[in-house]
Parts: sequence; C-alpha cells; structure tokens
Amino acid sequence: MSGAVADATKPRLRKQPRRRLSRRQEQRRRILRAALVTAFLLLLHPLAFLPVARRWRLRLRPPGALAETRLLAACIKCGQCVQVCPVEAIHLADVEDGLGVGVPYIDARFQACDFSCDAISCVLACPTGALSHAVARKEEVRCGLARLARPDACLARQGKGFQGLARGVKFQGRLRYEEVDRWNPIPVHDHPYDRELCDLCVLECPIGETALALEPVPDERGVPRMTPTVREGCVGCGVCEMICPQEPTCIVVDERKTWGRA
Amino acid sequence: MSFLDDVAVMLGRAPRKAKRHTDAAEIAHGRKRGKGLEVTRLLEVLAAAPKSHTWRNRRWAVLISVNLLFVFSFWLDIQVLEGSLTASRFLGFHLADVYSSGLIMLSEKHVAVNLVIGSATVLLLWGLIGGRSFCSWACIYHLVAEWAESLHLKLAAAGIVSDHVLHRGIRSLLWVLFAALAFATGQALFLTLNPIGILSRALIYGPSLALGWVLLLLAFEVVYSRRAWCCYLCPIGLTYGVLGAATPVRVRYNLERCAHEGECRKVCEVPHVLEMTIKGRAPDTRVDVGPDCTRCGLCVDACPTRSLEFEVKGLSRLL
Repeated sequence: MSGAVADATKPRLRKQPRRRLSRRQEQRRRILRAALVTAFLLLLHPLAFLPVARRWRLRLRPPGALAETRLLAACIKCGQCVQVCPVEAIHLADVEDGLGVGVPYIDARFQACDFSCDAISCVLACPTGALSHAVARKEEVRCGLARLARPDACLARQGKGFQGLARGVKFQGRLRYEEVDRWNPIPVHDHPYDRELCDLCVLECPIGETALALEPVPDERGVPRMTPTVREGCVGCGVCEMICPQEPTCIVVDERKTWGRA
Repeated sequence: MSFLDDVAVMLGRAPRKAKRHTDAAEIAHGRKRGKGLEVTRLLEVLAAAPKSHTWRNRRWAVLISVNLLFVFSFWLDIQVLEGSLTASRFLGFHLADVYSSGLIMLSEKHVAVNLVIGSATVLLLWGLIGGRSFCSWACIYHLVAEWAESLHLKLAAAGIVSDHVLHRGIRSLLWVLFAALAFATGQALFLTLNPIGILSRALIYGPSLALGWVLLLLAFEVVYSRRAWCCYLCPIGLTYGVLGAATPVRVRYNLERCAHEGECRKVCEVPHVLEMTIKGRAPDTRVDVGPDCTRCGLCVDACPTRSLEFEVKGLSRLL
C-alpha cells in the first residue's frame, strides 16, 4: 500500500521516446538475436545427451526394442505402442530421460507385459521399427532377464505356501488368466491364490518352464530348497516381478540383460 | 512476385519491391493516389462495423476436433486416429510427420518403409490442402501460441513488453542444422525439443514435466518475441511451407478493393507474406499470398474491404 501512495505523489516518469534505429542497425540486431537463439538451442544438445551418456536410468523397454541408443534414435515418440497394449503396461518417459523423452518403457512391478495381446501388438503398431518387427512371437522377445534378487525372502525357499491376493486389494495391475478368460486380462486383485508351496512366479510366467521353474537348490547348509530358477527361455517380460507377493519383490528383471552376458 | 521470390522470402530473405507492375496494376495504383483522406473516412466507417471471427472459429473447431480425435481414440478406444501429431494411424493408414521421419532416417541411416509411406501420405494430403495449413488447422502448439500471442499483444499495448523481431533466416538454418546434427550424432535432438510432440503427447497420454519447456517457449513469446516458434524457429512449419509452394489452396489478394490500411498485417503471424498489401507494392491486380502463409484466415476476417479471400486454384474457375 505504502508503495502505491509513494508512486501517486511522484510525478509519473514518461518513457523516453525510443531512438529510431537505422535499417542496418535493426537488421544487425535481428541477426544477433537469431544467433543467440541458435546458440541456446545448440547448447541444449549436450544436456539432452547427458542422461543417456551417464546411463542415469536403465529402463525396461517394450518387446522388440532395439539396443538403447538405437531405440532412442529410431523412436518417433508417437505413443502408438501405448495405445494398443491391452494391459496398459507401456508408458512414455519424461524429460529426466533427456533424449529418451517420449520413448516407451515398462514398469514391471506395477504392470508387466503379459503378452495377453498374443500378437505383440506394440511391435506391430510401431511405425519406425524402433520396436523391431524381427520379433514375431513372444518366445523371441528379449527385454531383459529375471533374477532372484532376495532368495532369503522367497516363500518357496522357506517352504511356505501362499493364500489370498498376491498384491493386496489396492493393486491395479492386470493379468490374463487363461482358465478364467482366454481373451481378456482381469485385475490381479480379483484372482485369489491358494498354493501349498508359493510358486506364483512360475505359475504365471507367460513363457513357461523353459523360462522359469522351481528347482531344488541347496542352501548354505546344504539343505535342498525349492527355488525359482531362471532359464535361457526367459524373455524379461516382468510378470514374475509383478506377481511376487513379497514386498519388495524377491524376483526382479534386469533390464536389457541377455543370457550368457554379464 | 514470382514463385521463386516467394520461396526465397519463406527461407528468410526480406521481401523486395517488385520491379515491374502490370498495366492493370499501374492503373489501380494510380487511381488511389492522393485519396488518403477519403480512404481514412471510409475506414472509420468500416472500423465501426462488428469484427468478424468466422474463419478463426471454423479453424479452432477443426483444430480442436482433430486433437480431440487423438484423445478419444485412446481414452475411449474408438481407434480412429491413433498416435500423436508426430506419427499416427488414421483408420489404419500410416501418417508420419515428414521432417521428424526424415530426421529419424538420417540418424538411423536406414529407410523405414512405414515412415516413407506415412510421410508420402502426409505430403499428398497437406500438399493438396494448403501446406502450412497444418500449422493453423491441426497443430496444437499453434493454438496455445495464439493465446500467448493475444496476451503478448495486450501487454505490448500497455507498454509492458515489446516485440523483438529475429532474422527469419534462422529457421532455414535450424532446419539444416538439426538434420546435420541428427546425421552426425545419430540422435534426433529436435524430437526431444519439439513442443508440438510434447504438447500432443501430454494431451493424449497425460501431463509431463516436459511441458516446462513448452511453457518456457511460450513465456519467451509473450515477453520477448511475438510468435517466435511458429514464425522464426519451427522446422516442421518450414517443411510444410515448402509443400505449400505448390498447393492449390491459398489466400488471394485483390488490389482494386484494398484500402491499404494494414489491418491484415497487424493480425498476421507471418506478415512478410502480405507485403503486397502495402500501398504501391502489388505487381498485379490479383496476387496469391506466398507459401509461408499458414492459411489461418485471420487476415480474411480482419480485412474491412474483403480484399483477401480464400481461393482454391482451378476450383473457382470450374464453379
């Protein structure tokens, strides 16, 4: 308020009439401004590369995704893969991914790819081949590799069973249970389990025993314990990571990892 | 103005005065000499007439419908127009933004068949219906920038901000630079910066932090330079502009009706295409507006003497 009063008592300062620039001066300024804007846009280049170069975030990519840097280059960031996914597993990355802004990824713990589209719709939808059309069947997909990250917490290894809802009532994820509905995925919270020995990850694996199976593996005292064991057929879809009833999950997918390579 | 002159102006050259006028144009110019006062009086009458927004309203309706079609195709799963403005499928047919597709193929050094098909469809479609009409009739950023522009004009009228013109050659430079960088680095940086993609995706798939970049651009336009992205920077717009050089849909200028009061240039996003409306400039009695024109129709609405009107070459003669 006091400022306003002070302003009112002061005589209003009139703006000085602008000095008219000659045509050449004006032209020079236009070029200077254009040059500054260009310089600024070019400076953004390394900024966008940074998250990629530093590998700030490794993402689980949809089936058929090319190698990371090629994926970022080939993706036109249109989101058609997002639209066709029946379980809405695919999301588009934001600015913290730098060049990867608008590139699709999957957060398997919240919603894994369960191949309930059968046809690998996202690959078919991709107009650029960033999700490579070389992949035609789910068995050919290589998103990553599952790994039993917390063997001690694994219910199967403890010899325990599992009854009830895998992820609780609030969990929004969906899965296609062929015995319930061959064509449509249903919410995981509508599908209670009753297993004498917990084998949810093995049970729901879309690939089957060529990818994940319970095997007796001796613990540190030499007692054999039934253990979910990842096999060469694993495609890294992440269903095991999503369905694991332990919190946090015992089994995770290592993004982009392939069999036989570190 | 010749065809090549028009293209040169779009690429960044300043418009030049035509060296020769046709006889009919000479007569029309001559008739208007020394009639300043008469025209001023006429304009006062015309200025009192209610302002028309016919074309703007039609255009906004189309632009919003197109973008809602994207949104509903996803939300309600009606599957008519799937994807976003960078690439999509219309009833299953591929559509792909030409410049973005080009950048991807340059960075990948690989020709993707679907992108070629999508780009060819877009070339054909927008080549037929007006080139940069993509900008004003479909591009979501254009709409938001129009709102920012009206804010800029209000602030400018109050003397708070002023417009700073950039050299228009920068857009051609950036067009080449982004392509060269995509080829050299193997990554299409432009797609990261592209505010059209960011806005379109945010609208369809939900808001993102990337919108901050769009807000920054809009703030730059409000505070510093009117319509900077659309007018000086956007390589996508330039690509469609090249298409527009050959399109039959354009705005046509009628010298005999014109009162040269300049309402059209005040509302125009790219006023360099309307140089011929300055008194004594038009080389002929009828002049087609150049390819950088976005066919937004604001000048058609603003013109008090109906000297600027939409024209479809060939069609008008047939009718």
